[in-house]
This record gives sequence, C-alpha cells and structure tokens, in this order.
Amino acid sequence: MSLQTPARAVPPRGETPASDDHATPRGGITGVTTRSRILVTGLLVAAAGYFLLPVYWLVVASTKSTGDLFGSFGLWFSHPRFLSNLRQVVTYDDAIYLRWAANSLLYAGVGAGVATLLAAMSGYALAKFSFAGRDTIFNIVLGGVLIPATALALPMYLLFSEAGLANTYWAVLLPSFVSPFGVYLCRIYAAASIPDELLEAARIDGAGEIRIFTVVVLRIMTPALVTIFLFQFVGIWNNYFLPLVMLSDSKLYPITLGLTSWQSFADRQPQLYQLTVGGAFVSVVPLMIAMVALQRFWRSGLTEGSVKG
Amino acid sequence: MPTRAPRRRRNLAPVVFVAPFLLLFLLTFALPIGYAVYQSVMDVEYTGSLGLGGSHTVFVALSNYSDALSDHAFLRSIGRVLLFAVVQVPVMVVLSAGLALLLDSASAKGVRFFRAAFFLPYGVPGVIASILWGFLYVPGVSPLVDGMRHLGLSVDLLGGNTVLWSIANIVTWEFAGYNVLVLVAQLRTIPAELYEAARIDGASAWATVRHVKLPLLRPALILTTVFTIIGTLQLFAEPLVLKPVSSSIDSAYTPNLSAYNEAFTNDNYHLAAAEAVLLALAAFVLSFGFLRLINKRGGDA
Repeated sequence: MSLQTPARAVPPRGETPASDDHATPRGGITGVTTRSRILVTGLLVAAAGYFLLPVYWLVVASTKSTGDLFGSFGLWFSHPRFLSNLRQVVTYDDAIYLRWAANSLLYAGVGAGVATLLAAMSGYALAKFSFAGRDTIFNIVLGGVLIPATALALPMYLLFSEAGLANTYWAVLLPSFVSPFGVYLCRIYAAASIPDELLEAARIDGAGEIRIFTVVVLRIMTPALVTIFLFQFVGIWNNYFLPLVMLSDSKLYPITLGLTSWQSFADRQPQLYQLTVGGAFVSVVPLMIAMVALQRFWRSGLTEGSVKG
Repeated sequence: MPTRAPRRRRNLAPVVFVAPFLLLFLLTFALPIGYAVYQSVMDVEYTGSLGLGGSHTVFVALSNYSDALSDHAFLRSIGRVLLFAVVQVPVMVVLSAGLALLLDSASAKGVRFFRAAFFLPYGVPGVIASILWGFLYVPGVSPLVDGMRHLGLSVDLLGGNTVLWSIANIVTWEFAGYNVLVLVAQLRTIPAELYEAARIDGASAWATVRHVKLPLLRPALILTTVFTIIGTLQLFAEPLVLKPVSSSIDSAYTPNLSAYNEAFTNDNYHLAAAEAVLLALAAFVLSFGFLRLINKRGGDA
C-alpha cells in the first residue's frame, strides 16, 4: 500500500506547536494513581516493542553472514561483520547500489522541490486572486487528492510510452512534480496567513507580482512549504508502483525497486539475501534519523492541518 | 473586467502562477484517466486465420468491463481488499486513537521517545517493510515463528487463511505511527480550560476521553479513515513482495496486482485499463460514501 496523499490541512492558527513536551502533563486529570501509571507505561512499552522489533531485527541481521542469517537466532548477534557486509552492498555489481541511492535522492529531492514550488505558486494564486474558473480548478484539484495513485500509474505508463517518455528519469520525475494535496494546503494556508494589505502595500511600492511572490509570499508560507516538501519527499522515496511500472533499465531504479530486484534473484544467488538485508539497513537508517529529527516540522504542519476537517 | 492597465497586469499573474501546476496536473491526472477510459472501451481484434492477418483496435463499448466483472479472480481480489478494509481500517483507527490518548494522558512518561518509536516505521518504504516482515514470517528464519514453535504453537503466517492478516499487520505497522502523530497533534489543540471545566464537573479520566477528547478528534479520525480506505484499495507492494514465500498469493491477489499482471504479463492493456478505472471508481465511491454517511449522522464533520 502506498498511501501518499496525506490529508489534513487547515488554517494556521499562528501557534507554535513544537513546544509540546511540557513539564505539566496535558489531559490534566488529577489523582493519577500509581496503578494507572504502570498500566499506561506498560501499554506504551508494548507498543514501542511492536514498532521497534523489525527495526531491531534489521540491525542484527545486517551484521550477519548469509549462512548466519538463516542458521542463527534472529534476535541476537552472531559473528558480527557489519563492515564487510556494508562493503559488499556498496561494491556489488559495479556499485549499482550507490547509483540507486543517488537516483532515489534525485527523484525525491528534485521531485519534492519542484512540487512544493508549483503548489506554492498555484495555492497562492487560488487564494489571493479572483479569476474565472478559480473554483472549478480548485474542485478538480481536490478530486485529485482522492484518486489512488496506483490507479493512475498504469494508464500513465501507456501514455508515456506512446510519448517515448517511459523508462526515462522524466517518467518518475514528472508525476512527482504534482501534489494536489500541496495545492490544497497552500491555498488554505495562504488565505489565512497572507494579509491583503501587505500585498497591496507591496504593489503600491511598485513591486512586480513575481517579486512579491518570491520575497514576501514564499517567506510567509515557509511552514506549510516545509510540510509539503517532507510529505512529497517521503511519498516519492517510498513509492514503488510508479517506478516499477515505468522503468525497465536497472540503472534508473530507485532504491526500493533495486532492493526488490535483488530479492527476486536471491533464490538463485543466496548471497543476495544478505545484500537485500544490508541494503535495506543502509537505506532505512538515514531516513529514520531524518524522521525523528524533523518530527516537529511534521507536527507543525499537522497541527495546523487538523484543526477542522 | 477592470480596464485600468495595472489591474490588467495583475489579472495575468494568477494565470502565470497556476499554469505550470495545471499543465502537469492535466498530464499526470486528467490525461491518464481519460486515456484509461478510452483504452478500456477499445480492444485489439485479430484478422485472418490464427490472427495472422494483422490486428487493429476496435471499439468494444463496455465489454472489457463485463470481462473484468465476470472474471472470478478479479472479483475475488475486490472481495479480498474489502474484507481487508473492513478489518484493517477499524484496527488501524482504534489502535492509533488508543495510542494517541495514552500518549496524551497524564500518566504518560517518556512521551518523546514513544512518539518517535511509533513514527519510525513511517519512514520505511512499504516494499522494504514487506521484505523485513517477510523474513519475520518465514519459518526457519523468523525468530517469532521459531519461538512460538518452541512454545508448542505452530502457526503458518503465510497460509491461505492467515497471509491476508499478515499483510494487514505490515500495513498497520507502517502507518499507525503517522496517524498517532496526527491525532496527538489534534489533542494538543484542546484548550486547557476544557480540562479544567471537566475536572470541576468531577469528570473521570474516561468521561473526559469520551466527552471531550473523542469529539474533538472526530475530524482527524474521519480523514484518517478515508485515507486508510483509499490506501487499502491500492494494496500492491506487500502482496507482491510476499508472493514468492506464500503459495496462497496469486497474480490476482489484489485488484492492483491483477491490473498489473494483465498489463505486463498478459499484455492485455485494455482489460488492465478497465480494471484501473474500476479501482479508481471504487475508491471514489467508498470515500465519498463514507464522508456522506458521517455527515448525515453527525452534521459537523
């Protein structure tokens, strides 16, 4: 399942959501008993165990030889050899793994960057200008949020192959540039956070529309733009169906596709099991660190985003 | 239409701002849908004996749709994802809401750590999560399966009756933490005065959850549900990755797998297009249906 259309969005309230680890507990019910505290903590620990177990397994498995991967207890180390595994992952098949990593960065970085800019431009225009067809455009875009991405990928492949775009970088990049959710969020955010007086003042000062957008609007919309960039980046990074459908040349693969191609050959070449596990470890760990580090940005967008459905 | 020059220049600006997005939106949303609809009402016809006389594309109206809808494997795949949704959507929503309320409760310590732990899997791509859990499902490799066997429990996590729920587990693992984050963010917007009022009224912790927190969570819960529904219908990577290790997963296990298989294995683009259109329609109908149902009942969603 690739759920990549996040859907909450709603007007900024000008609050600073990052500060939510207060010393004073929220939910302020007094008279918390020791028993309920133990119960709550116990449940949270159990849940954390569930979410972390596969990650822990991956850490352990990435240090094992192919033999130990199958022959030793999965949740404990056995002859750790992480560095030599790592070297194998990055050098195998003329360092194709590094190429996949670079491709993933290209697709997700450029895709999310362009998508964010286009969403900001059109969201701002839809919020702050009145022109014919404005509501029609917005409603169509809104409908786009509800269309499953995988239902589009197949016809898009047929279309792109007619146009000679299939199996090129563009085949993955072009669809990544489009974020209907981003436009939706930007419109709502711009409507609530950019004062008309400010725009009028800038116009009276003689600033052109493009200059107003790049200097004033983009700055005010930064919190929403960071959220959109993150959503889009993770969405593209995690996307599997689109590149699978579009790409046949393994040199163009992103990591997700590359790893499954290794996995699918592992029957014949057992060494590839270890490479799949090691490669998964290398690809997942930086993203996990980024996730945790950027959590407050996710939350800032989300708080604003879910005040009202 | 205003006529003064500066006004007119300003009227051109929104067009310039919207045009690039709109063009790409047309290229990657409207055109593929239109093209899929077109492809789905056409078919390839072969002429001459054994089709050696060449082929040409002809209009066949809805016959691809009736083919798709009379294909038992495809129908079963739809039934399967619906069954999956009926179970997984409530599990996901209840689990996320439960964890969010626990994190928000006064008793919770180490909130920052737990929230990060729950959210981590969201950064793991679905295919990689499936590869990971795949190892944790296969007997002989999986410490879980082996451990349970030592305890005298022999479970086959990849069998005909269980593999769908093993997939549900992967999906829940991936997205629950994200939903928790959304719901926790929503809970943080509840003004402290409400709690104060509840406390003065002598409300128990449970009454506060029921009468203060859950109603305020409603919009976020609704959106979480709608997007879980859409996600469910798209099920693809998880069954595809588990297919080699589970004989119970066939090439039409989910509607998406079926469409993919028709297009790339059977070279039947027209049938595949019809299946893709049906899938998009189903997602639309279910999402809007759910939203309407909610709106009718609650009125304030």
